[in-house]
Amino acid sequence: MEALLAHGDDNLVLAQRLGAWISNAPELEEDIALGNIALDHLGVARALYTLAGEIEGKSRTEDDYAMRRAEREFLNLLLVEQPNGDFARTMVRALFFDAYQVELWAMLAGSDEEAMAGIAGRAAKEAAYHLRHSSAWVIRLGDGTEESHRRAQTAVDDLWRFTGELFEGPGHVGRERWQATIQDVLDESGLRLPDDPYQRSGGRRGLHSEHLGPLLAEMQWMQRSYPGLQW
Amino acid sequence: MTYEVPVAPGESANIDEGTELSAEPWPMWEVFVRAQRGLSHVHIGSLHAADAESALQNARDVYTRRGEGASLWVVRSSEIHAFDPEDISEYVEANEKVYRLATTYDIPDEVGQM
Repeated sequence: MEALLAHGDDNLVLAQRLGAWISNAPELEEDIALGNIALDHLGVARALYTLAGEIEGKSRTEDDYAMRRAEREFLNLLLVEQPNGDFARTMVRALFFDAYQVELWAMLAGSDEEAMAGIAGRAAKEAAYHLRHSSAWVIRLGDGTEESHRRAQTAVDDLWRFTGELFEGPGHVGRERWQATIQDVLDESGLRLPDDPYQRSGGRRGLHSEHLGPLLAEMQWMQRSYPGLQW
Repeated sequence: MTYEVPVAPGESANIDEGTELSAEPWPMWEVFVRAQRGLSHVHIGSLHAADAESALQNARDVYTRRGEGASLWVVRSSEIHAFDPEDISEYVEANEKVYRLATTYDIPDEVGQM
């Protein structure tokens, strides 16, 4: 149950973050791509929340989980709530998370629970596509101009501290394959992993960075101001 | 938006004061899709991309969101050569040369479609 909410929250928060790029992306095609990817994540979140509601048996709907939980109840990774920053930062964040989701869905597709395996099976195809998208961009940015390389390297240096959380707590994956995927991409892009071993965690325990609060305030404002509202 | 942008020395966080656009705008590509049960590719639109790989990636996002395609082609627009519509009558045969057509020949059933 906790894992379902954790993964649902990961995808919901990231969808919300990516939504901020709509009408702001560097090119029209990328604007559409990011919107598409955000909807993929949102779809997974909806499926997971729905399943969580069925298992919990207290008639909570997807909206209840998404819109009526407080910051401390959200179990998403710290990584996905980090601000978008520039395009390089968004792509590096995506790379780290997509590689994680590829491992995660592969693992969960073999779950005994049929509904979970079904969700994981569909999500796995999307995750493979997302990883192609983010790794292609990180390679282009790292191996691009001096400016794109600098922005991408800054992003890697800043976001690396949030990757440790991928390998601990509910819904974690093994480090080895994830690291190999990341290393391949970074090698091709000319970017380096930082030496700094410092890691932050807490998202999975409901202890978030300063960024989740404002994100939820913006996302949940409508439902909280007009409870039960319908379009 | 409250989201912060990491700013390096000499740069501005303000999107309007950002770096100059790159000198070479992305070239245009034409997109062709063959549907799951289709027989041939159909031209469905165009997009801009820096290279073939990202053109394919973008084509999937922009044109096949609802899973229409079994096969997706992208071709650089500059590689497509076409007749000028005004000159087309010079090149394309009129339908008056009936003597070139085999319309009076009965194809035996055993031969099948020709």
